[in-house]
Amino acid sequence: MSETASSKILLREFAPQIERTGTWGKLWITFLVGVVLLGVFALYWQVTRGHIVTGMRDNVVWGVYIVNFIFFMGISYAGALLSGTLHLFHASWRKPIIRMAEFITIISLLIGPGFIMMCIGRLDRLPNLILFGRIQSPITWDVIAISTDIFGCILFLYLALLRDLAKMRDFDELKVSKWKKKLYKILALGYTGTPEQQIRLKKSTDIMATMVIAIAIIVYSVLAWIFSVTLQPGWHSTIFGPYFVIAAVYSGTGVLIVAMYFFRKVYHLEEHITLTHFVNVGVIMLVLAAFFGYFTFSEYLTKWYGSEKNDEQLIKILFDRYYTLFILSNYVGVLVPMIVVGFKKLRTIRNITVSAFIVIIALWINRYLIVVPTLESPYLPIEDARAAWANYSATWVEWSLTAGGVALFCLLFTLASKMIPIVQISELKEEPVEPGDIYLK
Amino acid sequence: MNEKKKDDNNSRRNFLKLGLLAGAGTVATGALIATGKNAAVESGEKIKVLTTSGEVMEVDKNLLTLAPVGRVESHEGIPGRKFVMVIDLAKCKNARKCVEACQKGHKLPQGEEFMKVYLLQDSEKTAPYWFPKPCYHCDNPQCVNVCPVGATYKRSDGIVLIDNERCIGCKFCMTACPYSTRVFAWKPDKEYEIKQPYSPEKSVPGVEGTVSKCDFCPDLAREGKLPYCVSSCPMGTIYFGDIDEDVVTNGTETLKFSELIRDRSGYRYLENLGTRPNVYYLPPVDRQFPVDRGFDGLDEEIRKNYDNTPYVKNMKNKEAKL
Repeated sequence: MSETASSKILLREFAPQIERTGTWGKLWITFLVGVVLLGVFALYWQVTRGHIVTGMRDNVVWGVYIVNFIFFMGISYAGALLSGTLHLFHASWRKPIIRMAEFITIISLLIGPGFIMMCIGRLDRLPNLILFGRIQSPITWDVIAISTDIFGCILFLYLALLRDLAKMRDFDELKVSKWKKKLYKILALGYTGTPEQQIRLKKSTDIMATMVIAIAIIVYSVLAWIFSVTLQPGWHSTIFGPYFVIAAVYSGTGVLIVAMYFFRKVYHLEEHITLTHFVNVGVIMLVLAAFFGYFTFSEYLTKWYGSEKNDEQLIKILFDRYYTLFILSNYVGVLVPMIVVGFKKLRTIRNITVSAFIVIIALWINRYLIVVPTLESPYLPIEDARAAWANYSATWVEWSLTAGGVALFCLLFTLASKMIPIVQISELKEEPVEPGDIYLK
Repeated sequence: MNEKKKDDNNSRRNFLKLGLLAGAGTVATGALIATGKNAAVESGEKIKVLTTSGEVMEVDKNLLTLAPVGRVESHEGIPGRKFVMVIDLAKCKNARKCVEACQKGHKLPQGEEFMKVYLLQDSEKTAPYWFPKPCYHCDNPQCVNVCPVGATYKRSDGIVLIDNERCIGCKFCMTACPYSTRVFAWKPDKEYEIKQPYSPEKSVPGVEGTVSKCDFCPDLAREGKLPYCVSSCPMGTIYFGDIDEDVVTNGTETLKFSELIRDRSGYRYLENLGTRPNVYYLPPVDRQFPVDRGFDGLDEEIRKNYDNTPYVKNMKNKEAKL
């Protein structure tokens, strides 16, 4: 019995989400396209009128754009580290959620770097990064690291998709347009599931899973080093590399749980994604919450205790002007998931999803509190009567582009789920053990 | 006969002078054409110049301007020089002439300042003082280290420059500089629309979406002149010179750099950061003016800049109590 023939029942179950889009689905897509267009308009506004339309000025030269960049790069971790690790540890419960994690990775990896472009004054000179690139600059490290990461993650996702693509190709009952069928055929690369193909696929997937974990750690550390190599009081910290890595996976699990919740609801996956999955990812989130809280505490404790003049000034701003945000991000964002997942009684799908949502918001604010207050408290005091020069506040252009980025993320996620089943079919199959089937060993 | 000989001598001297200048810069016809419109009035006095192809050619004196040093040549420092600046805080009374001259010289829009004057007070009980701050042209420049495209660079004469035609505007250098020295061109500005060949040594014309900063005026140094801020200061606060020749001048007095630093306890700002600046400060002792004199005659807009400093806040509190 071939691998392809056995999972027809599953394919029949998932076919509707690919075959047609309901009214609500169409409305949702239209809404997302609308928000993306708003972002495009804001970008046009910024390009024609100059960066003066943003809230950034000579002191706070980086704002919401960089925060979004770190944030999206962070959630790209959901797939890279989670699916990579779960794959290597053969955690069998991962199977229904691993595809989502991988989609999150690829899509956020495509959107994240877009935000750094919006922060660049001369987009027309972007080729200079390659033409005149200096290897001494952490930005060049970042360019190399991110492009490697995107390439590696796409390869990893593709390998994971291959068997499903082959199944879609061979599934005659699927009622989709011709171009889609043709696309499946091309992308499946003639995979038929022979033992030799299976072994090759398994080997390459294992290699890529390992690579993707390593690359992701490097990428996020390099991102942290952009900040910590400078002499700025809030950034010049040795723990920034690991701190950013932990914060990234933490936010990634948050996004994964929220995505699980919505796809489960919309595509009726209750049978496949159960409370166990939420609790399992929730436990990972709990552990990461503890790590994240620990890193945050160490970072600010040492600054506060030593109270060097400029560190003290920064702590003062954080606990004064940014008090609410600080508490929300570094206390609420750590304690809520720990309490919700920590007590068995509170572990419901809804509770875990709500706490995951809080984690996402808290982590975005955490990045904001790393970027902005530091730039607002430089070594030489800001002596400028112009309010915009002294304190940063994002303008409608920046918020529109942020909303556009989030909408583009949701849009691409939705469209991806219209192309390929959001749950990995080939991993769900229940078929008799064959001597050559290494996946069932 | 005598008359003619004198003329000949004159033109030879001019020729030699130009030859020397051509060694430093280049006499480019491009520059002549660019400025030709404005300098249409001919003096009638012809000067012989040597073109790059080796031909001697006669040009009217008024039409002749030195082309600014180009982008490639600006990477080389002025040979045998190592520039240094000394700022005597005892003399500064925030007259802001340095800021104004610098703005005018670099054709900067209002609010975009290469030279800034701070009102500092190191701690509650210590005395406040005025603190002019140019770029420090550090020997370990953080901005140069982090630039991804080599748009900002350190030269052999110690000067750190920016090539606004290569800068991509990522602003990493601005976050890397611990002295908030750099400014960004946030919007298209008519001040930037000057018909003049661009030179990193002049920082003119400015380019929207790029970073710029104090350049130590190497274009003026090539002409044997002092930077705008130095020559415009009515108090002679700022000294400029060569650290290898061990000499600095504010235009009226010329001093030995090492002696000045030794006798007046010169220091560099935030020495602990390890950036090794080329700007030294003389502490504000035996001051020529009380600090409050710095507020005299300031525009309301500029005076407001200092409203949030601890000194002004304390002063206002005291006034309120009385």
